[in-house]
Amino acid sequence: MSLMKRISLIFRSKASKALDRAEDPRETLDYSYQRQIELLSKVRRGVADVATSRKRVELQVAQLEQQSQKLHDQAQKALSMGREDLAREALTRKSGLQGQISDLKVQHAQLQGEEEKLTLASQRLQAKVESFRTKKETIKATYTAAEAQTRINEAFSGISEEMGDVGMAVQRAEDKTAQMQARAGAIDELIASGALDDVSSHGQGDDIARELDAMSKESDVEAELAALRSGTSGTAQPGAIEAGETTPSSPQLAVEREKEEGQP
Amino acid sequence: MIVRILGEGQWDVSEEHLPALNNLDEVVEAAVENGDEVTFSQSLAALLDGVRKHGAVLPDESLVNSDLILPPADATIDEVRALLSDEGLIPG
Repeated sequence: MSLMKRISLIFRSKASKALDRAEDPRETLDYSYQRQIELLSKVRRGVADVATSRKRVELQVAQLEQQSQKLHDQAQKALSMGREDLAREALTRKSGLQGQISDLKVQHAQLQGEEEKLTLASQRLQAKVESFRTKKETIKATYTAAEAQTRINEAFSGISEEMGDVGMAVQRAEDKTAQMQARAGAIDELIASGALDDVSSHGQGDDIARELDAMSKESDVEAELAALRSGTSGTAQPGAIEAGETTPSSPQLAVEREKEEGQP
Repeated sequence: MIVRILGEGQWDVSEEHLPALNNLDEVVEAAVENGDEVTFSQSLAALLDGVRKHGAVLPDESLVNSDLILPPADATIDEVRALLSDEGLIPG
């Protein structure tokens, strides 16, 4: 027998088992409706859960891209200071991050796909639940228990199949999201541990930043020394001091400056 | 014939297209039995495309049983096997 046929028969046998529960067939209508409403809220929770995971991955991508940009800047700075070894190290780390970023982007696309599928599933289910509710009320109002049976079977046919389908879709989305959350958790831990981002944090966390920092401090000192040397041989400084004394507004400025510094 | 693609919805497919779809269905079924993932995913994709292309989508509010049910587009062979076993994927 064909695959398509076999799957549909299995769905049907599950559905008819669900029908056997109540003595008065009309009670099964209310019971089923209750379950439909529960499933509907489950799908909506599913959509929200997947969206949360998707946002988490988005945040991680943004964080890693920021690190990656910083490493790029560091490489450029290192190169301008003639330190190819440091530039190479920074770029090596950057390429490691790039791998993680593209992995996360794949996950992001998958989560987005799941989110769209579940959103559509919840819309379909909602439309079917609504049309089931209408039929249910008609059946309860119009038919005796004996007469109701065939009508109920009709009403049930589509909805129970849909419920099986949607229930499965939610389960699959949950499984996929759970796998991704485990990986997202690992990346969060990496970020928190500083293994990835100490580069960025305060400019002193990692060795590349530290070395570049030390080098630029050194070159700042050199530059200042050079400025001092040229300053003592020239006449610029005494002139500047004289100019300061003759400016009437400068004591006032100094007071304002003190005020500002006094503020926390 | 009403055909459901799990996770996507239902289509009304006219009889004239069924032979072609049945052929594809046989290929999918054989691939599941042989555990041939490549053939499986290719023939399943072709089968689903055929349904989407030749069928008319049923409105969301329709409450009808499907004559045929197909696995979701991203299903694996293992998932299809689970679908076919009674305790499988379908929540009771």
